[in-house]
Amino acid sequence: MSESPYEIVIGLEVHVQLATNTKLFCRCSTKYGAAPNTQTCPVCLAMPGTLPVMNRHAFELAMQTACALNLEIPRFTKWDRKNYYYPDLPKGYQISQFDLPMSQKGYLLITDPKGQFEPRKVRIIRAHLEEDAGKSMHDEAAGKADSRIDLNRTGTPLLEIVSEPDMRSPLEAKAYLTELKLILEYLGVSDCNMQEGSLRVDANVNLHLLDDDGKKAATPIVEIKNMNSFRAVERAIAYEATRQYEVWQETKQKIGQVPKQTRGWDDQAQVTRGQRHKEESSDYRYFPEPDLAPVTTTEEEVAAVMASLCELPRQMRERLEAEYKIPAYDADVIVNQGRATVEYYETLAKLGGDGKLASNWVQQEVLRVQKERDLEIGGFPISPERLAELIKAVAGKEIDGTRAKDVFAEMLDSDKSAADVMKEMGIEKVDDSELENLCRELLENNPKVVADLKEGKVKAVGALIGQAKKKNPNIDPGTFRQMCIDMSASM
Amino acid sequence: MSLIHASAAQLLTQLESGEITSVELTKACLAQIEGADKQVGSFLRVMTDSALEQAESVDARRKKGEKLGLLAGVPVAIKDLLCTKGEVTTCASKMLENFVPPYDATVISKLKAADAVLIGKTNMDEFAMGGSTENSALGKTRNPWNLDCVPGGSSGGAAACLAASMAPLSIGTDTGGSIRQPASFCGVVGMKPTYGLVSRYGLIAFASSLDQIGPMARTAEDTALLLEAIAGYDPHDSTSANVRIPAYSQSVKQPLKGLRLGIVKEHFGEGLDSEVDAAVQEAIKVYKSLGATVTDISLPHSKYGIAVYYIIAPSEASSNLARFDGAHYGHRCDEAKMLEQLAKERAELEAKGDEEELKKLDTSLVRMYRQSRAEGFGPEVKRRIMLGTYTLSAGYYDAYYLKALKVRRLISNDYETAFKNVDLLIGPTAPTPSFAAGTKTDDPLAMYLGDLFTVTANLAGVGGISIPCGFSKSGMPIGVQLQGPPLAEERLLQAAHMYQTATDWHERRPELS
Ligand SMILES: [Zn+2]
Repeated sequence: MSESPYEIVIGLEVHVQLATNTKLFCRCSTKYGAAPNTQTCPVCLAMPGTLPVMNRHAFELAMQTACALNLEIPRFTKWDRKNYYYPDLPKGYQISQFDLPMSQKGYLLITDPKGQFEPRKVRIIRAHLEEDAGKSMHDEAAGKADSRIDLNRTGTPLLEIVSEPDMRSPLEAKAYLTELKLILEYLGVSDCNMQEGSLRVDANVNLHLLDDDGKKAATPIVEIKNMNSFRAVERAIAYEATRQYEVWQETKQKIGQVPKQTRGWDDQAQVTRGQRHKEESSDYRYFPEPDLAPVTTTEEEVAAVMASLCELPRQMRERLEAEYKIPAYDADVIVNQGRATVEYYETLAKLGGDGKLASNWVQQEVLRVQKERDLEIGGFPISPERLAELIKAVAGKEIDGTRAKDVFAEMLDSDKSAADVMKEMGIEKVDDSELENLCRELLENNPKVVADLKEGKVKAVGALIGQAKKKNPNIDPGTFRQMCIDMSASM
Repeated sequence: MSLIHASAAQLLTQLESGEITSVELTKACLAQIEGADKQVGSFLRVMTDSALEQAESVDARRKKGEKLGLLAGVPVAIKDLLCTKGEVTTCASKMLENFVPPYDATVISKLKAADAVLIGKTNMDEFAMGGSTENSALGKTRNPWNLDCVPGGSSGGAAACLAASMAPLSIGTDTGGSIRQPASFCGVVGMKPTYGLVSRYGLIAFASSLDQIGPMARTAEDTALLLEAIAGYDPHDSTSANVRIPAYSQSVKQPLKGLRLGIVKEHFGEGLDSEVDAAVQEAIKVYKSLGATVTDISLPHSKYGIAVYYIIAPSEASSNLARFDGAHYGHRCDEAKMLEQLAKERAELEAKGDEEELKKLDTSLVRMYRQSRAEGFGPEVKRRIMLGTYTLSAGYYDAYYLKALKVRRLISNDYETAFKNVDLLIGPTAPTPSFAAGTKTDDPLAMYLGDLFTVTANLAGVGGISIPCGFSKSGMPIGVQLQGPPLAEERLLQAAHMYQTATDWHERRPELS
């Protein structure tokens, strides 16, 4: 443990909206952004007499996710009702899974190539399916106290992924979420759009520390809600740790002495705030949902899902490192950009013939331009096939790095090939004999440089590179430098 | 025989031969309702216009020689908890007094597809909770055999309208005996099919794992006809059974050779009215005379039936009825008044400086829920919601709900064991004949005991049928119950028909002035 007087203990609950076309228990569309209450039917409106029917596709997406998170999928799983009153919950209960979730006991490996934390195995307690509630909009403008309810979201399939409190810093929490999101995106089971609520995170946070008589103690657990970005999660946890330590110093309250508190993250003020504590603590009166048959899965079905899984980020990083001889850090950056970027990179590396060079170009130039122009990799103006030509020229020393960037800039805004741009810019590989002549000529004209070089002052050659470039802009400075050093020795 | 007393099977023959038209038949039923229902009160709403329209349309199509459905032109009464598109569907509750469903229950769709004439919505105990139809918030139903007596419940209206010849066919629902017991009280036939045989989609739920829609009629033959029309797999109901539906109306007349009947020991003894006992014993003799063999059978866990039922049913009901919260469906309290009252309470507490009580004061949302539900639900519904909320709550779940589930399994096993040795079980439907209205309303436990012989079939999911088998000295009908293994409806109907070929209890009609 570091010098910090406490250790932060973090568990995360992530709600993932599954990418189905229709809701979990009816056939209404789940498309985001429709006019309120237009994507509803008697079933999701909880009309008296209606009954739910499970969407098998949602269950399949959940199974894929569970397999990717190393979770066990039992042969039998059932549905339960979680009863509570809220205006955006039209049935008065949510159909969820209580004691027999569709998956349990898995883990996610998180690593940090920058070395800010040790690699960690975050255990996952369970992942279960449930339906989303609707949305209440409180219109308190102009003294009105109107509440409007939009039930479009009601019944949207959610997968709730609950981790053990295995994370020890805001950075680890962020790494867990980043890796989880990446897996979900690679699988295509969710669009993970946090703005639209496709990915929602609650964090359970408390501190482990030593009390006055040196015994290990823990502060009461606080659940933080309303975080709408990973950055917010990171900051909220950091804030909460400091706050809890201050409260601890003042009250010495330990876990179990006060009820679990729920706090909301105020992104504007960058603080967590206590949410109104309901006197009647919720008793959800869970019981088996009598309107739905239990779901059974066979070993073959699970095996088929396992076999159908795509290459996951972790395996992909390892493969890129090995196959293209790039450092872990590079593989991490590329893989974290998503599957499309990996595909771009792989084409570039294969056709360009140099994995490391391709990695540099993707990280430095491609990502920079994407950011500047707000582009998805799919819409990047230079295809990997075209960019590969340029990389090949650089690798073959036909062109130096600086001028290659000029060519790249020109290619960005035209459909010309690298060869054409180079030709237009008069770039061509300088013949060895031509380079030798130039080198000799300049050395002969600059005896001081020759003398310096003989004394081992390699820097002196710099003065000649500028002159050489003026005479022939196509010379490769590196090759020229080496040639001068070699030649001066025999002068 | 006059139109209104005829059986549906007879009426269909007459309709097909052109002897009568559906409009004539429907008008005859409507006239009988007009005349007799002021006294009986079996209908909450009579769908005069739409019924006549349906009748006209069937007649016209029949004239053209079109192929028609199984019930073409025959009036059917519907218990008022089946959602009927565009028709107020109330569950006999103030809560749903103005609820107009935008969709049809599957059973309603099937009846429409069978070209039945939907004649009206019948009265019931509120949300199907009760055994006498005295819990209806919207009207009183009386027993056509004696207007001072109850018709049974909760399908009291559904049974009474058959006995009073207002319709030849009627749809009821049975959660703990709600079809069979009123059938017995009113001297008609009522069947609770195997759980899952008839889709529950569109049935406003009382207790989902027990509720079952079933046919009611005056003869076993008609019951078979109606069951055939409404049974079948429904993709909208995941608990519905995906099985082939036999042509019950064809097979019902085949006598059962070597029928093995089991007499449930537990159904004869303390609590059983002596006249009921005698009538059922007579019925057993009739079966023997028809060649049936009879053995004693035990359902040892049936004594826990009522206790288990009154844990499971209210638990599910407390959850099923949560949607009636004033925010989405059903009655909402007068909000302006409610907010005013809340403000007054707050001001009083603030003046007193009572911080404790102030903290406990409802938010306006909670008060809205609370008050809307308090106003919308009747006392029996509230009693069961509270019971269910209690038995499901965290501290008591294991002691009550979970234990009830375990006993439910044992009751199921009893049936399985019994059906290894016999084809059907026979016994009384209800412990007593109908009783005078008002005599049990203050004693819910006494009322609950009326389900003694019927609840176990719901807990085990098996089918049961009640057929008229006699009358008490005071002239009230008595019913005998047959129960069968899962999906043995064909056998149950055959056995019921067999009995009706040898007896004429089902042909008697009450005299209504
Ligand atoms: Zn829907």
